[in-house]
Amino acid sequence: MDKTILPLHVADLTFSVGGANLIDGISFALEAGPRTIVLGPNGAGKSLLLRLCHGLIKPSSGEVTWKGANGSDPARHQAMVFQRPVMLRRTVSANVEYALGLRGISHSDRREKIDEVLSRTGLQKFARTPARVLSFGEQQKLALARAWALNPQVLFLDEPTASLDPAGTRAVEQIIAAIHKGGTKIVMTTHDLGQARRLGDEILFLHQGKLIEKTEAQSFFERPASNLGQAFLNGDLLW
Amino acid sequence: MSDFAAAFSNAVSLIVELDAGLAEIVLLSLRVSMSAVFIATLIGLPLGAATAMFRFPGRMSIVVVLNAMMGLPPVVVGLVVYLLLSRAGPFGVMGLLFTPAAMIIAQTVLIFPIIAALTRQVVEDLWEEYAEQLRSLGATPARAMPTLLWDARFSLLTTILAGFGRASAEVGAVMIVGGNIDHVTRVMTTAIALEVSKGDLALALGLGMILISLSLGVTGAAFVMREAARG
Ligand SMILES: Nc1ncnc2c1ncn2[C@@H]1O[C@H](COP(=O)(O)OP(=O)(O)OP(=O)(O)O)[C@@H](O)[C@H]1O
Ligand SMILES: [Mg+2]
Repeated sequence: MDKTILPLHVADLTFSVGGANLIDGISFALEAGPRTIVLGPNGAGKSLLLRLCHGLIKPSSGEVTWKGANGSDPARHQAMVFQRPVMLRRTVSANVEYALGLRGISHSDRREKIDEVLSRTGLQKFARTPARVLSFGEQQKLALARAWALNPQVLFLDEPTASLDPAGTRAVEQIIAAIHKGGTKIVMTTHDLGQARRLGDEILFLHQGKLIEKTEAQSFFERPASNLGQAFLNGDLLW
Repeated sequence: MSDFAAAFSNAVSLIVELDAGLAEIVLLSLRVSMSAVFIATLIGLPLGAATAMFRFPGRMSIVVVLNAMMGLPPVVVGLVVYLLLSRAGPFGVMGLLFTPAAMIIAQTVLIFPIIAALTRQVVEDLWEEYAEQLRSLGATPARAMPTLLWDARFSLLTTILAGFGRASAEVGAVMIVGGNIDHVTRVMTTAIALEVSKGDLALALGLGMILISLSLGVTGAAFVMREAARG
C-alpha cells in the first residue's frame, strides 16, 4: 500500500442548510489504525459527517484535511459503503470490475482481484448473476467486495448492517474485520450498540450536529464522559 | 359492405403475393423511419443525459423547448423543414427537397425531442440514485453518463421505440417535404392517403394492415422490454 493519507484532521466543520447547522463546528483527528464508530440518535448528523469526510458534499465552513496526502488525490484512497447499496445493472463480477476500471486497474489485473474479493465475501457462486437480483444482504456483501477490491486506506461505512438478519450482520462484521486486518482504516456508523462494542476501538458520539465526545470505546461504554452519552446508552436520548 | 370485403381480400392477396409496388413502399418507409430514429437517438440520448446531469446556462430553456417540441404537429415540422430545404431557403443548394433525405430530416426533427425529453427524465432519476455511489467510486460526471445510459437501457429502448412509432405513423411531414412521388418518396402513410382519395381501397387497406402490424410489433417489443427490465 502507498504511504497513508491519514491522519484525517477535521477542523471546525459546519454544514448548514437554510440557516440550520446540521453539522455544527465539529473538530477531531483520526489516526490510522483504530476502528472509529460514529454513534448518535437518528438525525444527529452521522451520515452527513461521513459524506463530508469522504468529500461527497462540501462543508459550509471548516476543513477536512488528509494530512498524509502530500498533494496526491486523497479520494483515490478512500471507499464508502452506503446504507442502501447502489448496484449497477450488470453482473456481480462486472460491478466489481467497473469500480476497478474507474481506478485505472489494468484489465489483466482485474480478473484476479475480482475472484479474490468475491471468494472472500462468499459471493463466488453469484459471479455471473445480475447484481440486482441478489438479496439485500448479498447486495450489501457485494458493496463491501466492491469497496474491498479498491484496497482503500480508509473505508467509510454508513449503517452497513441496518436491515440485515443476525447471520447477515455477523457475516458483514467478519468482512469488515478482515478488511481492517488488511490495514484499512474503518470509519462506520451503526445503531447497533452490540456491534459498536464488537467492532469499535474509538467512539465519536454526535448529538444534534455537535461532537459531544470522542472516547476510547471501552471507556465510552463503561463510563461515557458526557451526560448525553450516558443518556444515549441508557436509551433515554430520543433525538 | 361487400366493397369492404372485396378490398380486404385484395389487400390480403397483395400482401401474400409480396406485391412489388407494395414492398417498395414498405421498405422505403422502414428505411426512412429507421434512419430518422437512428439519428434522433444519436442526438437525443446525449442531449437528454446532459440536461439531466449538468447545470449549464441555457439548460432550462433547452428542457422547456424540448418538452414543447414533443407535441409539435407533423405538418408544422414539415412546413419548417420545407422552407429550410426549398430552393430559396438556407439549405436549398443541397437539393434535398422531395428526396428520402428530406423525409429523414423531417422525421428526425419530429422525434429527437421525444427521445431527448424522455431520456432526461429517466437519467435524472437514475443520477439522483447513483450520483454519490459513482462519485465515491471515482467517476467524473462525463464518465458516469455512459454508465447511466447503459443502466437505463430498457427504459431508453422503450423511448426509442416510441420515437419509431411516431415517425412511422406520421403523414403530414413526409407528405410536405417528400411530395409522395411514386418510386421516390412514397411511403406507407402518404400512399394510404393517396389511394383512399383515388378510391383504391385494396392497396390502402393492405398498407394499413402492414402499418398496424408494425405498430403492434413495436408496442409488443416495448412491453417485452419493460418486463425484461423488471427481472
Ligand atoms: N440536504 C439536506 N437538506 C436538509 N436537511 C438535511 C439534508 N441532509 C440531511 N439533513 C438533515 O440533517 C440531519 C442529519 O442527517 P443525517 O442523515 O446525517 O442523520 P443521521 O445521524 O445519519 O441519522 P440516521 O441515524 O437516521 O441515519 C437530519 O435532521 C436530516 O433531516
Ligand atoms: Mg444516517
